[in-house]
Amino acid sequence: MLALQILIDGFAISALYALGATGFTLIFGVSGVLNLSHGALMAMAAITAWAVADMVGGNAYVGAAAGVIAALICAFVTFRLIVRPIQNSRAIPGEEKEIFVLTGTLLWGIMIQEALAYLFTNTPKTVRPLIEGVVSIAGVRVPYNEVLTTAISWAAIGLLWLLVNRTRMGKRLLAASMNPRGLTLLGHELSSIYLLVWAIYGILAGIAGVLLGAFLGVSSDNAGTLTASAFSIVVLGGLGSVSGSLIAAFVVGYLETITAYLISPTIRTVPVLLLLVVVVYVRPQGLLGRR
Amino acid sequence: MGNCCIFLPVKGRKLMQLKGQLIMYNLRVAALLGSVFGFAFVATAAQAADPIKIATIAETSALGGIGIPRAAKIAAEEINKAGGVNGRQIEIVEYDDHNSAAEAVRAFQRAAQQDKVHAVIATYISEVMLALEPWSGRLKMPLITPGAASNEITKRVHDDYDHNKYVFHGYLASTQIADSVCEGAKKLVVGDLKMKTAVVMSEDAAWTLPLDEEYLKCLPKIGIKVLDHIRLSPDTTDFTPIYNKIEGEKPDVIITGISHVGVQPTVQWQQQQVPIPMFGVSSQATNATFWKDTNGAAEGVAFQMVSAPDVAVTPKTIPFAQKYKAQYGDWPGYAAYTAYDDVYMWADAIKRAGSTDPDKMVEAMEKTDYVGTIGRINFLPKGDTFAHGMRIGEGYITGLIAQWQKGNPVTVWPDAVAKGKLGFPSFVKLPQ
Repeated sequence: MLALQILIDGFAISALYALGATGFTLIFGVSGVLNLSHGALMAMAAITAWAVADMVGGNAYVGAAAGVIAALICAFVTFRLIVRPIQNSRAIPGEEKEIFVLTGTLLWGIMIQEALAYLFTNTPKTVRPLIEGVVSIAGVRVPYNEVLTTAISWAAIGLLWLLVNRTRMGKRLLAASMNPRGLTLLGHELSSIYLLVWAIYGILAGIAGVLLGAFLGVSSDNAGTLTASAFSIVVLGGLGSVSGSLIAAFVVGYLETITAYLISPTIRTVPVLLLLVVVVYVRPQGLLGRR
Repeated sequence: MGNCCIFLPVKGRKLMQLKGQLIMYNLRVAALLGSVFGFAFVATAAQAADPIKIATIAETSALGGIGIPRAAKIAAEEINKAGGVNGRQIEIVEYDDHNSAAEAVRAFQRAAQQDKVHAVIATYISEVMLALEPWSGRLKMPLITPGAASNEITKRVHDDYDHNKYVFHGYLASTQIADSVCEGAKKLVVGDLKMKTAVVMSEDAAWTLPLDEEYLKCLPKIGIKVLDHIRLSPDTTDFTPIYNKIEGEKPDVIITGISHVGVQPTVQWQQQQVPIPMFGVSSQATNATFWKDTNGAAEGVAFQMVSAPDVAVTPKTIPFAQKYKAQYGDWPGYAAYTAYDDVYMWADAIKRAGSTDPDKMVEAMEKTDYVGTIGRINFLPKGDTFAHGMRIGEGYITGLIAQWQKGNPVTVWPDAVAKGKLGFPSFVKLPQ
């Protein structure tokens, strides 16, 4: 019974990690941006979903939709206000731009976090589950919401895969991540590619944030941890590789779950960190990374 | 007014004469106005001379913390309206410590050395209070906490009175809280529900060390066998493995000791439909917004408090709660009641001491016999185990057990003030 519980719980948490990490790695792969406001964005999506659901008298769906839209808007703001001005700036030498973007997004993340704490306090908020109640899977009691979280996460990742591999727009996206100059030489507008990538990122991070909020609850305090978590998964899987992040998300999710159940919930994150150290030492580009 | 450029159809000296008269007129008006303002300024300055400054250092981004400066301001306003203390007005100086002991210490130093406050009301987090305590001694600054619980706070006063005597503990010590929970459990859990076994679940923090120690002593005394004792990291976000483990041990009740966490374990308890009720200390459950924060998952959570908005613990309790709600939109959290009382007690001590000299204030504070919102407050004397803590017991401070029911916290114990009975959601299995 314990084994089945671990299997199911691990699967749900891994799917959630995968969703969050995919967006993070996509932005890095295509746009070259290490967005350290990722966690704050997810927290903002969750808290917005909670706040809006409350305002409309408890409608979970409206709240969730509002959360995703808020994340989308915030992603655009991050791109136009923070990232693009730095990338286009003439005052900053080319090699240093990545560091500046990193720092810029870090500071932006802190601003969002503080704003959330100011407006909503740092008490965790839970997003209303879309479906209440529990279901029994082979004797293990699982909340419907957990099943839904897993399903939606996989659906989102699946749609992303379809987009990237089966549509023209997606192929351009892939091309942009491999060789942006080549793409422009073929006559494509890079700016519309970047807009698309940030839009996809905003939606993914928004869904991840809202689902996380419903599954575990989120507070402004979690912003930093969420970014760190996405970062370690992405480094483990290889920066820029979406399939790498997926695999890494499952490795991390299961390692954490097994630790929490079999050893102790208190040291849940420790084996993952140790693994990260080992991977960075032995294979710094991650499992499937290119850079 | 007094426009210098009034043109009269007269030239030369006549014009000069009129201008001169106008200027004289203006000067007289100016002198009159000036003296009126000057007098008013001097008068208000004399009244504003030497306000009594009380600092609040709290975690204003946390629901438990923001109540502290808010309640302090309500108290200050009331005292000032009634004439202040010996004619002096009370001024509340607010500091936010951002949940950090280091920042709290910096704020304390600044309050004492730069802003020259006369007393401090600080925090509901034990780790922060324990960091401030030595500074209270070094800077000879009277300090009281409206919400921290660690036994260490009063132990230090007991162990080194001369150095730490400026510190007062305005809330129950963890051991006293545990005893209060056991008292309530004796009637409700053992008496009414006939429960026999429990698992103690607390967060790993300074205040729960003495709490758990006392739980493990007092629970068996009331007839409850403790099957396991789980201490969880305050950073835990996923409580599923913990509930899973507890469920495997099949206790009748979970006795809680949580403060830093609250919303998440409660929501996950409800979502996973853990069939075991929770009873004990849950600081976040004392916040009026807990129901909303958990989207109603709080239904059935039973928690210990010293004050509640529906119980007239004293004639001051409900009026304060109502006033706070009218001004800020929500019922006050637990530390707000005590912070309100603390301002009154400092004011009273300064009045009786006739000065703001720290040593005299401490002496006067020790003789406090004040009926606040949480009960009749007496501080235990030097030499007592809980020196400068509050006297607990019949006629002084007792606790309450309340339970969230249909969106409201309902007091269920003691019987004398209970407004309802314990009830649990359908997924909770009670012993037959």
